Amino acid sequence: MTIKPFKTIGIGIAFSPNLKANIFEAARLALFFDAKLIMIHIGAQSDDKSKTINSILSSFKKDNLKYEVVFKSGNPVAAILDTTNKKDIDLLIIGAAKRENLLKYYVGSIARKITRQAKCSLLLLINPSIDRIVCRHIVVNGLEDPKTEQTIATAFYVASKLKAEKITIVEEIKPNEIAVNVDDDKSLRHANIVRERISNRETSRINHIIEDLPQEHTNTIAIKSQPIFGTQGYSIGHYAQISRADLLVMNAPSKMTFWDRLFPHDIEHILTELPTDVLIIQ
Amino acid sequence: MSPKQNNTTVFFKALPKNIFSGFVVSLIALPLGLGLAMASDAPPISGVIAAVIGGILVSILGGSHVTISGPGNGLVGVLLGTILTLGIESAYAAIICSGALLLLLGFLRLGKLADFFPSSAIQGMLAAIGLIILGKQFHIMLAHRIKREDTVDYLFEIPFTINDAIHYDNTGLIYAALAGVISFLIMIFYSKLRNKYLQLIPAPMWIVILSIGFSYYFELVAHEANPIAINYMISGIPEFSEIISQIPTVDFSKIGTFPFWTSVLALTLIASIESLLSIKAVDKLDPEKRRSNVNKDLKALGLATIGSGFLGGLNVVTVIARSSVNVNNGGSNRSSNFFHAFFLVIFIVLFSTQLARIPLPALMAILVYTGYKLASPENIKKIFRIGKEQLIIFFVTLIVTLKIGLISGILSGVLITFIIHIVLNKSISLFARNWLKPNVLMFQEDGHYYISVKHFCSFLNFYKLKAKLDAVPENEDVIIDFSLCQFVDHTVMENLNNYQELFAKRGGHFEVLGLDLHDTDSEHPFALRRLLPVPNVIKNSLTRRQTTMEELANDYNLDYNAKKEKQTGFLNNFIFFRVKQINYIYNQTINKNNGLKLFDIEFSEGEFIAKEVVRSTMLHIKLNKQIPEFTLDREGFLEKVYAFAGFKDIPIKNHTDFSNRFYLLGEDTQAIQQFFTDEITHFFESNPYYHIESNGQDLLVFGRERLASIKEIKALYDFGKRLKAVIS
Repeated sequence: MTIKPFKTIGIGIAFSPNLKANIFEAARLALFFDAKLIMIHIGAQSDDKSKTINSILSSFKKDNLKYEVVFKSGNPVAAILDTTNKKDIDLLIIGAAKRENLLKYYVGSIARKITRQAKCSLLLLINPSIDRIVCRHIVVNGLEDPKTEQTIATAFYVASKLKAEKITIVEEIKPNEIAVNVDDDKSLRHANIVRERISNRETSRINHIIEDLPQEHTNTIAIKSQPIFGTQGYSIGHYAQISRADLLVMNAPSKMTFWDRLFPHDIEHILTELPTDVLIIQ
Repeated sequence: MSPKQNNTTVFFKALPKNIFSGFVVSLIALPLGLGLAMASDAPPISGVIAAVIGGILVSILGGSHVTISGPGNGLVGVLLGTILTLGIESAYAAIICSGALLLLLGFLRLGKLADFFPSSAIQGMLAAIGLIILGKQFHIMLAHRIKREDTVDYLFEIPFTINDAIHYDNTGLIYAALAGVISFLIMIFYSKLRNKYLQLIPAPMWIVILSIGFSYYFELVAHEANPIAINYMISGIPEFSEIISQIPTVDFSKIGTFPFWTSVLALTLIASIESLLSIKAVDKLDPEKRRSNVNKDLKALGLATIGSGFLGGLNVVTVIARSSVNVNNGGSNRSSNFFHAFFLVIFIVLFSTQLARIPLPALMAILVYTGYKLASPENIKKIFRIGKEQLIIFFVTLIVTLKIGLISGILSGVLITFIIHIVLNKSISLFARNWLKPNVLMFQEDGHYYISVKHFCSFLNFYKLKAKLDAVPENEDVIIDFSLCQFVDHTVMENLNNYQELFAKRGGHFEVLGLDLHDTDSEHPFALRRLLPVPNVIKNSLTRRQTTMEELANDYNLDYNAKKEKQTGFLNNFIFFRVKQINYIYNQTINKNNGLKLFDIEFSEGEFIAKEVVRSTMLHIKLNKQIPEFTLDREGFLEKVYAFAGFKDIPIKNHTDFSNRFYLLGEDTQAIQQFFTDEITHFFESNPYYHIESNGQDLLVFGRERLASIKEIKALYDFGKRLKAVIS
């Protein structure tokens, strides 16, 4: 399996109070991954804006940060997606915000739209900060899905680049997989046996994936595998929150149908609540 | 898991006990069945028919273990309305339809439906039912039959009836009213008298026996007519052969009308709520700690209700008081339910003419007591202690139920609860946004289950948490974390408390975390909690007995603690508490050096009208070595009766005096016989009687089932000290 390294990192920027924090985060990441940083701004180009950006980035000059600012106009979602394709961006950073009020909810909705359509990986930052907050614990999903292998591999790649200390691979066991209804003691025992079996099966599946990964990504990090029982896609966010993870790595959502949008589930719930920084792997 | 047992032998071994407890239950079921049916304006026998059909079908098809089924008190209010609006023949049709709906609920696995109702609203509804029963029957109890339009009018009329009853000049009415009042007094004071011979027969049966005896006295000894007015005697009890030949016609002609279906819905709603609540409560009493299959039980109850309706009986539900009597008398599987039905049939076959000798007021006294228990001020006090807002919910439900009806009542209860939650949180979006989200996460970490709950947890989404909790075996460790949860309501707190007790009883551990930051309006453990920091101060003053105990403790160099303590896990392994609910222990006097602990304890036995709260003083001795499990008590007549029902006394060789005077019970006969050496046997022979129980590691010693005086405490402590010396 091939890991797609992040060679070009993009970030959508607006001239908001968060601007400096967002750019700092993106620039640091670009240095970690040894990538080129592309800043996309929706709006008219002006010298003022360029100057502000340059001055913010001046502290990164000594690290030889390669960067470029792109000015675009039009529908933000379309413009950002368009630039992503043209500039061959591997990782797009979006400074999202934890949901609190309507305004931020709107920002969240842009992020959601981009998530649905983007062809590159996506990083949603809930709390961009000027000083670096060390990423210690990464939670990654271990769903039974063709994309999972790629996601876990990328999570280890990111972890080794960011020098994280611990990765937890979460296998979500769907309630309907335990096809036993718990009514009394007998069915409860049966259900527990089924659960145990599924749990073991999942763990061994994950272990296979880890075995195939490059050694240099896996041998310096603590690996934990955790089966959880909850609703797929949502509960992993909940888990990331209570285990105080710094980054949650997820599969990109599969194709959305009309029903999926009407009844939000999976990644949709995580996007509305954003428990931690979320990295969505394409 | 226990090794595989031969189920048939176990069943037959337990059969005598179950026949015995089925018999005791039938003693209480007969008067209740007659009374509940009459209170519903149905023929008296219909209640007994419901109990018989229910007992037979549910014992064969049901999914619970020690429950008893029959006509329920909660349904009286609805049945009354149904029969009033539809007439008895169409009411049978409505009963059959509600049985079919119940069956459907069982198949759709909707046993969890009852979780959607807030506890205080259910309490309010039950209280309203209690008032309906009480209001209507109180007048008949005092031989003053009246007819009013509104249920509330019956309540307001009570003082006038009392006034009339005092000024009766018709002897027939005076005797009738006296029968009612005396029966009512029997119901009240029965549980206060802890005499085991008296307690062998349940209070309602005493009333039946006494009133039949009274009637025979006048007929055979005094050769006079029964002085109780003839129109206040039970009438219309058919012979057994008549029941079979005169099955009532069922009239389905009103099936297309609106009142028919509201009646059916109300019947189904109340029947399912009453059954589910009872099953939940009885599961806590089950000595073998089994889990009931609720949906299977619902199906069986539905089927039984259909059958009962066709044969002229009322709805069949699971009933709490009779089930608890069953557990207390050693019922261990569904066969006791079957035998309760069997004995009812025998009663009707043999004694149906005698039943006509029961005065109506005596029977209605039982119901007035039932109604009073449902609406007792005690309940209201309890709710008030939980929080003022619960009282609002309670009274809104109560008043709407009384004024309009049961369905509107419970719906208004749900609505007002929701509104109060919104007001308390000053946010509707907390609920609107998060209602449908899967807010519960469970995973296993290092041997225990961890459950985290987000956003809010109230009656609206408790089922999600419950589904997770039900999937955990009760002997495991569970941690529930509410630190991400902004609001937890009373319904959830109460249910969690039930789980906590259940887990503690079955050897598991259940812990609730993250509520320390939440604010409550009262100090009650079930109070609803909002996220807010709050300090609280608890003050305490000691009674005279407590100060004397404190002095005593100082004298003997012991530690004394007067506070109520809910952590009573160390008592769970004693057989004595298997069918009892420990409320708390208090006034603990502990000797840290020799493992002796004296304490007062409050526990309850039975549920609802069969409930008896007992306070006692006990001594707990921690032993340093393993001894066999046994129970030792004074030998008496009752033990000889129990012996017929399959309880075995273990004889000790060469100590006939000991074997005659003491009653020794235990599983491992050989080990116990070895343990009772000459020295130990002599010790027991030469000392006062105590009830002594061993659970292998600890001993529990107590005298009477009441609090001990200071002198008795000293004697008990001394006995314990010497007993420990003898054993080790």
